[in-house]
Amino acid sequence: MSSSLWDQLEPLLARVEKPARYIGCEDGAIEPEYTDGVVSWLLTYPDTYEIGLPNQGLQILYEILNERNDAVAERSYAPWTDLEAEMREHNLPLFSVDTHRPARDFDVIAFNLSSELVYTNVLNCIDLAGVPIRAEDRDHTHPIVGAGGHATFNPEPMAAFFDWVGLGDGEEIVGDVTAVVKAWKDSGSTDREEVLREMSKIQGVYVPSMYMPSFEEGVTDTPKLVAMTPRFSDVPEVVEKRTVADLADWPYPKNQLVPLTEVVHDRLSVEVFRGCTRGCRFCQAGMITRPVRERPAEQVRQMIQDGVRRTGYDEVALTSLSTADFSGIVDVVKATIDDEEMGCSDVSVSVPSLRVDAFTVDIAAELQRGRRSGLTFAPEAGTWRMRQVINKLITEEDLYASVEGAFSQGWRRVKLYFLTGLPTETDEDTLGIAELGRKCVEIGRKYTNAASVTVSVGGFVPKPFTPFQWFGQNTIEELNRKIYLLRDEVKKTKGLQMKWHDPKATFVEGMLTRGDRRLGPVIEQVWREGGTFQEWSEHFDVEKWDQAMADAGLPIEFFTYRHREEDEVFPWDHLNAGLHKDFLWHDWRDALNEVGLEDCRWTPCYDCGACTGYGIEHVVASATPPAGGSQGTGQDLARGHEVPVDLLARPSLSTA
Amino acid sequence: MSPVRKPQVRVRYSKLGKLRFTSHRDMARIWERSVRRLQLPIAYSEGFSPRAKLSFGLALPTVFESQAEFVDLTFTEPVGVDALPEQLTEVLPQGITVTGGVVLEGKVASLQESVEATSWSLFVDGDLDELRTWSGDLLAADELLVTRERKGKSSTDDVRPAVLAVEVRPNADTEVPAAVEIYAELATKPRALRPLELLDIKSPDLTLKRGRRINQFVTPVGARLDPLEVGAAEALLDAEIAS
Repeated sequence: MSSSLWDQLEPLLARVEKPARYIGCEDGAIEPEYTDGVVSWLLTYPDTYEIGLPNQGLQILYEILNERNDAVAERSYAPWTDLEAEMREHNLPLFSVDTHRPARDFDVIAFNLSSELVYTNVLNCIDLAGVPIRAEDRDHTHPIVGAGGHATFNPEPMAAFFDWVGLGDGEEIVGDVTAVVKAWKDSGSTDREEVLREMSKIQGVYVPSMYMPSFEEGVTDTPKLVAMTPRFSDVPEVVEKRTVADLADWPYPKNQLVPLTEVVHDRLSVEVFRGCTRGCRFCQAGMITRPVRERPAEQVRQMIQDGVRRTGYDEVALTSLSTADFSGIVDVVKATIDDEEMGCSDVSVSVPSLRVDAFTVDIAAELQRGRRSGLTFAPEAGTWRMRQVINKLITEEDLYASVEGAFSQGWRRVKLYFLTGLPTETDEDTLGIAELGRKCVEIGRKYTNAASVTVSVGGFVPKPFTPFQWFGQNTIEELNRKIYLLRDEVKKTKGLQMKWHDPKATFVEGMLTRGDRRLGPVIEQVWREGGTFQEWSEHFDVEKWDQAMADAGLPIEFFTYRHREEDEVFPWDHLNAGLHKDFLWHDWRDALNEVGLEDCRWTPCYDCGACTGYGIEHVVASATPPAGGSQGTGQDLARGHEVPVDLLARPSLSTA
Repeated sequence: MSPVRKPQVRVRYSKLGKLRFTSHRDMARIWERSVRRLQLPIAYSEGFSPRAKLSFGLALPTVFESQAEFVDLTFTEPVGVDALPEQLTEVLPQGITVTGGVVLEGKVASLQESVEATSWSLFVDGDLDELRTWSGDLLAADELLVTRERKGKSSTDDVRPAVLAVEVRPNADTEVPAAVEIYAELATKPRALRPLELLDIKSPDLTLKRGRRINQFVTPVGARLDPLEVGAAEALLDAEIAS
C-alpha cells in the first residue's frame, strides 16, 4: 500500500523555513517495502528534525526493526510551527520522512520521550496524525501509540495518551512488541484491549490502561495515591525494565544517518558503554541505566572505522554517561588517530561528558584538533559539603588541577556546570559556585589575560528512581533568589560569566516528572491552548501551565514543592528500574548525612538491585579504576595506575 | 605570496528532485563529506579550523533545481578528471549527478567572480498568451525600474539591462505540474536580477511551481562560454597574445 503524501507536501515546502528537514533522503535512510503482514512502525521524535535526527536510540531501533522480516520502520519528527499551520490548513496529516507515508497508516507509532517538556508535542503529533489523542478513544483501525526513553520511567502524566510504553533498553522490546502485534493483526481481531493485554506481559512493556489508580479517601486536601492495581490477574503487578546484557550483541547503528541539513550533533557517534555507577544522586540517567555495560574496544574501533569511511564525517563522538571511565578509551583513541588505513588521520575524536580530573584534560588535549576554544566540566555544586550530599566527590584540588591543565594547554575558556536548589543547599553553598569560578579565573590568568570562565546554573529537578525522589523541589521564587544572589557575586569577578536556566521551565519539568495521572488533563489543556515546543524558550509559556493546574483544581505545591514521606506511594512504584526502593531511601538518608557512596564497578557490590534483580552483571573490561578518576569513587585515585597520555600524540594535521 | 599553485579541478553537477530543498550551505557540507569519503587529496585552508578547499559559484536559492552547478576543488596533488564524475556521483546523495569536470590550467578567475549570466526555467501556472504579451513588452521597454530590498536596504534600479532574454513557452516537462515555462537569461552584474524578482515584475501573485537553473556563463574572452570551457578559453587567450 503505497500512499505517499509527497505531492501534497511539496508545494507547502517552498513556503516554510528549512524545508530540507522534511524530505528524508539522508544517507542511511531506508525506504522499506511493505509486504503483506509486516508490522509497520513510525518512530517519532516529538521535537524538531535538527534535534531528533541525531538521536541514537531512535536510529538503533530504526535499523533493528528494518532488519527484521516481520517489521518495517520509518521516521517522523515534529513539524515546526510554520509547516504545522500549512498542514492543518491543507488537511495534510503527519507523515514519515522516509516515504512520506501518512502516520495514520502505520501499525505502531512510537515516540522517543527524552524529557517532560515535549509532552505537549507528543499530543500534537498524535493529533496531526489524525489519531484520537486519548488511548481510550482509539479503535482497532488506529495505530498503537507508544513511547520509550528516559522519561517513560514515570509515564503516569501521559498515561491517558499512550497505549504502551517501553522501560529500559529498547533493542529487545521492539522485537517482542512486533511479534505480539503481528499475531493480533494476523488473527483479524478487532479487540484492541486484547493486543494491549498481551503486550503487557512482555518484560519492559507497561500498558497504562491495564492498571487502576486508587487515591486516599475521606481527606480534605489533595488525596495521595494509594495504589496502582492491575485490572487483570495475568497482568504483572510490577513492570520490570528491560536491559540488554551485552552491548557487543548490538553494534548499532551500523548505518548512522547522515543528514543533508544541519543538525545539533552533526558527527559520527559511537556508544562506548551504557549505564553509570558513579552514583551521582541527582542523576536519573545514571540510576535507571545500570549496570555498566561496556562495548568491547575492538568493536568500538571497528564501528569508528566503518562509520568514518561510510559517512565522510571528520568527527566522532564517543558517547556514554562518562566516557573517560571507558576502560578501553586509550586503546580506542590511539587506534583511531593512528589508523592511516582509515584515511582519517584528520578525524577528531570528541569525548562529551568530561570527568573532572587532570587525566581527562590530558586526553582532551591530545584529542582536540586545532583550536582549543572551550572545555566544559561539571562539578555540579559549589562546596565540598554540597558535593558530598550529591555524591559527586570532586575535590577542589581535582577541579583546580583540571582547570590549570586546560589553561596551561592552550584553552582560553572553561565552562562549569552547576545545579542549584539541591537538598540542604545553603546560601554559602550557592555562593561557593562564584568562589570556585573566581579561583578558576585566577588560575587562567596565569596563562592568558583572555581567560574566561562561565558558570552555567540549572535548577535542580528531583527525578523518579533517584535518592532525591523524596525531596521537595525549590520554588521558582527560591531558585530565582539563589540565581540573583549568585549573579551579583559573579559580577564582582572580571572574566567570570554566568548563564542560567529559566526556573519557570524547571518548575514545569519538576511538576511533570513526579506527577500522576491527574496531570493528564493539564497537559491536554496546555496543548489545546497552543502550548507546543515548550522546550523552546520562545514558545515556553508558564502561564498556560499555571492556568491549566488551576482549572483542574490541582495545587502546584502538592505536585512539585512538597517533600515526600518515607512510605509515600509514588506514581512509579509499580514500575521497576531495578533499584530497590529501600536502597534509594538509605542513599537519601546518607545524602542528608553527607556520606558518599563508592563506585561499585571497582568496589564490592552494595546491592542497589540493578544487577541482582535481573541476574546480570557489569560488563567492564578493566578491574581497576581509570587513572586519575577520583570523581564519584570516594577513593584517592589521583594518577592511579597508568597515565598513558604520551601514547596519544596525534600526527600533526596536514594542511598542505 | 602563494607558493606553487595547487592543482584545481572544476566540476559541473545537477541538483534535481527533493534535493532542491537543501540550501547552499547544506550543499557545501554534503560536498565536504563526499570528498572525504572518496579520500581525494583535497587541500585544506590554513588556520585553527581548517576547511576543505571547495569553492562554489553563485548560490542557488533553496527550492530551485539546477542542471548546471559548479564547484572548484583544490587538491594537494594532481587528480584526473576522467573517472571523477562517476566516483563523485556514487557518493553524493541521490538527486545530485556530476556531469563533467576539467582540470583548471593556469590562473582562472573564481566562479563567483567570473559568472556573468545565468539561465533559468521558471514553471508557472498562467495564461500562455498573456505571459507572452508581458514578456514582449518587457523586452521592448527601455527601462525597468524595480524597487528591491536587500540586507534591510531598499533601492530602486533599472533592471532592464539585466534581462538578457525571456521566452515564454508551453511547459513540456511532464514531471512539473505547471502550464507555462518562462525561460530567462539574467545578468549577474553589476547586481544580479534574481528569478523571483523577474516574476515579481509580472505580478507578486504569480506562483512559481518549479524553478530550475539551466546554465551559467562566463565571458573570459568576449565569447559566452560554459564555465567548464574556461580552461580552453584561457589557452585561446594565450594564443592571441602570442600571435
